[in-house]
Amino acid sequence: MPTPISAPGWLLLILAAPFLAALLAPVLQGIAGRVSAFILALVPLASFAALLTLVPEVSAGARMTIGLDWWPAYGVRFSVLVDGLSLTFALLVTGIGTLIVLYSGGYMKGHPQAGRFMGFILAFMGAMLGLVLADDGITLFVMWEATSITSFLLIGFDHARAAARRAALQALVITGAGGLCLLAAVVLIGQATGTRTLSEIVASGETIRGSALYLPIFILVLGAAFTKSAQVPLHVWLPNAMEAPTPVSAFLHSATMVKAGVYLLMRLHPVLGGTPEWTTVLPLFGGATLITGTIMAVRQTDLKLMLAQTTVASLGLLVMLIGVSTEAAIVGAVGYLLAHAFFKGALFMVAGTIDHEAGTRDVTRLGGLRAAMPVTFVSALVAAVSMAGLPPMIGFVAKEALYLGFDESGRTALVVVAVAGNALMFVIGFAVALKPFLGPPVKTPKHAHEGPFELTVGPAVLGVVGLGAALGLGGFQAGLIAPMASAVAGRPIAPELHLIPTYVSMPLILSAVTVALGIVGYLLLSPARAAVAGIQSAIGWGPDRGFDQVVAALVAFAALVTRIVQPGRLELYMTAMVAFIAAALLIPLITLGEMPSWPSGDRPLLKEAAVMLIAVLGLAAVVVARTRLTAIVSLGIQGFAVAVLFVLFGAPDLAFTQFMVETLSVVILALVLTRLNLGERDHRPRWQMALDATVATAAGLGFAALLLKVTQVPFDRTLTDFYDAYARSIAHGRNIVNVIIVDFRGLDTLGEIAVVMVAGLAILALVRIKSRTPILPTPETGKRK
Amino acid sequence: MNTIIFRTISPLLVSLMLLFSVFITLRGHNEPGGGFIGGLIAASAWALYGLSHGVPTVRRALRFHPMEIAGFGLFLAAATGILSLLFARNFMTGLWAFPQILGVEVALSTPMFFDIGVYFVVMGSMASIALSLEEREGGV
Repeated sequence: MPTPISAPGWLLLILAAPFLAALLAPVLQGIAGRVSAFILALVPLASFAALLTLVPEVSAGARMTIGLDWWPAYGVRFSVLVDGLSLTFALLVTGIGTLIVLYSGGYMKGHPQAGRFMGFILAFMGAMLGLVLADDGITLFVMWEATSITSFLLIGFDHARAAARRAALQALVITGAGGLCLLAAVVLIGQATGTRTLSEIVASGETIRGSALYLPIFILVLGAAFTKSAQVPLHVWLPNAMEAPTPVSAFLHSATMVKAGVYLLMRLHPVLGGTPEWTTVLPLFGGATLITGTIMAVRQTDLKLMLAQTTVASLGLLVMLIGVSTEAAIVGAVGYLLAHAFFKGALFMVAGTIDHEAGTRDVTRLGGLRAAMPVTFVSALVAAVSMAGLPPMIGFVAKEALYLGFDESGRTALVVVAVAGNALMFVIGFAVALKPFLGPPVKTPKHAHEGPFELTVGPAVLGVVGLGAALGLGGFQAGLIAPMASAVAGRPIAPELHLIPTYVSMPLILSAVTVALGIVGYLLLSPARAAVAGIQSAIGWGPDRGFDQVVAALVAFAALVTRIVQPGRLELYMTAMVAFIAAALLIPLITLGEMPSWPSGDRPLLKEAAVMLIAVLGLAAVVVARTRLTAIVSLGIQGFAVAVLFVLFGAPDLAFTQFMVETLSVVILALVLTRLNLGERDHRPRWQMALDATVATAAGLGFAALLLKVTQVPFDRTLTDFYDAYARSIAHGRNIVNVIIVDFRGLDTLGEIAVVMVAGLAILALVRIKSRTPILPTPETGKRK
Repeated sequence: MNTIIFRTISPLLVSLMLLFSVFITLRGHNEPGGGFIGGLIAASAWALYGLSHGVPTVRRALRFHPMEIAGFGLFLAAATGILSLLFARNFMTGLWAFPQILGVEVALSTPMFFDIGVYFVVMGSMASIALSLEEREGGV
């Protein structure tokens, strides 16, 4: 693998641009209205064009990196890697991103929060670009989580609906958990290879496969990839994410974000792939996902849900292919990934346009739209041809390639699963593209007509790209497929894909079988739908229900722990805290044999002894006081006596503070006391008094012992000398204590005053609580209606 | 608490304490004192005023909610740190200026304004707690 060369500096600008555009979007929407989408689309368009200029170099085998130091002490950099894999993904993100931004402009037209929506979409695009271009593992993790968070915001965009909120939360919980797996995987890979830089990791050869950490790393990587790329049984969030506005479904939940898991598997394939674990587990989960997704797609009548389930299926197919791990399978995966991005993005946009213009997405309530929406119809048809894997589309080339991959592996089960899955995808593709448009016109909720330019341009362009990629296969193959497949395989691959089969091969026969099965399936769609629905309701349980059960169990467990740890009795908290402090002070001193010796040295002067006596008398008064108020005031006596001691021993600042703190404490304690429903006197039972006294004495003795010990060990004057020497000369202050607080350790003080303020707010809230009944949060269990 | 002596003396005492708190804060860099202790004195002053004249009077006198004052202080303290960034120094590096004002050299510095920020945070937070507790008493 060639050593990376330096990438052009504008790459970093490309990564920053979507975030800046996201900040501007709401403002721009307010000023420019509908035109703003065209302006904002220039950002991804320019990035796309710029990235395109890198294709010749990368397809010649170059790898490029560039980065900035982020956290040098821990070797964390914000760095970017451009190779065949990341560049192809980046082109997809920016290219489809351009169309989606335009589409969003038309789709969200007139929506009061359109600007915010644009901002979220652009922020997601920035995160996704960062994810696929990241070279540093920590950068990858941060961007990975950023896509989860922006996805959360977009799914829950229509936050007034409970279903949207639940879907957003579910997606965040599942993909967020996957993100944590990724972080752990990055750390473990760092342990195994000594680097967290992806370009160095993929060049590390057999290190990880030979390491004892291989299995944990493998499981964690799968945890990250399977959550993000919606593999069974973690796929439930993806169909539910269809609660989001359609541009989101087209962009995040078909073309880009859900492929992040596939990207991770592809990226790490050179160092993790090919092992028995890899070639067993991946095809197993991928195959199960493919079959589940296609069968569930048959069950749906909502256009978006049909497409979402086939997306799940396609992700399963991709994972299967990566799991086969041979060169032919990798080429198939790469080809199918690109073809899928084109046709699925287009079909989602078509579904959105139908919904937008006709007022419903229910396939049983649509029909005969071909006359009203001709452009959309043609775009849908072109995309469906590609999805069905028919010539002359790139989908056909991809399907031939992936059948070759499965066929070469010699695993018949995988071939059968792939053919069955593809046949069902054929069915769904045409069901989406034909049913709403053919047949007699059906009365729709809105009077249907063709969508505006912004809505029609996206599917049309993707259709042209899907066709162009197949017709100009030579260039497409050399420019994108070959470099990407080489990056996935970890060695140069020269795939030989053909639009027109050169001979009657096994893949061609499998294709014919797929088409035949697909046509039969299309004709039987309605009875099949009823059958699947019947079986599903007979089972009555699914992973989606399972998610609710897991969450409910978690909430119940948390409530149980809370009831044990926080029973709501202040005395228990206080006793536990003070007992713990006493233990923390005394146990180390005793077990390590570090108890201080009895103080020797000068006897205290008379005035010092007098002040100490006052302190002791104050304490005694606390103990014997009959009312609580007297006790509090007596505690003040002791505090003031200590403050006087500070004065006598030359710590005026400390004394000052002590005086004020004591004064305010007495006042505030007295005020609090009057608010609490306490008796004037203390009525604890004797045993409890004894216990409290023991705990309090132990804590007091612990502090005394610690302080004595501190004075008895040699004093390190380094800091004192430093402050002595520099307080005047560089901080211009004679009061060293104050100079430390506001200058040398100013950052600490900034943190402390922030804490003071937050504590103040919390106390304010506490004082204002009117109700005496405990307020326990009751999180939405998310039951769907 | 509601004696006429207390009610008569307390405004004088309160003004004196507030004046003293400012004095203590500003001299803090060279003599015992500083924003923290100054803020505590000021907070006690407001608490005292609340006891003698009732919380509504104090709130009127303060004009802003004490927590807003604390928030302003936190903002000021953080802003002085950020000011150093604008001069291409590290965050919170002290900046000093010694302009001649009316023929007297005055030392102005970001640590001083930082300390003033501390003063406001401590005064605002503590006064807020004390006043809200006194308020629940239903005034005096």
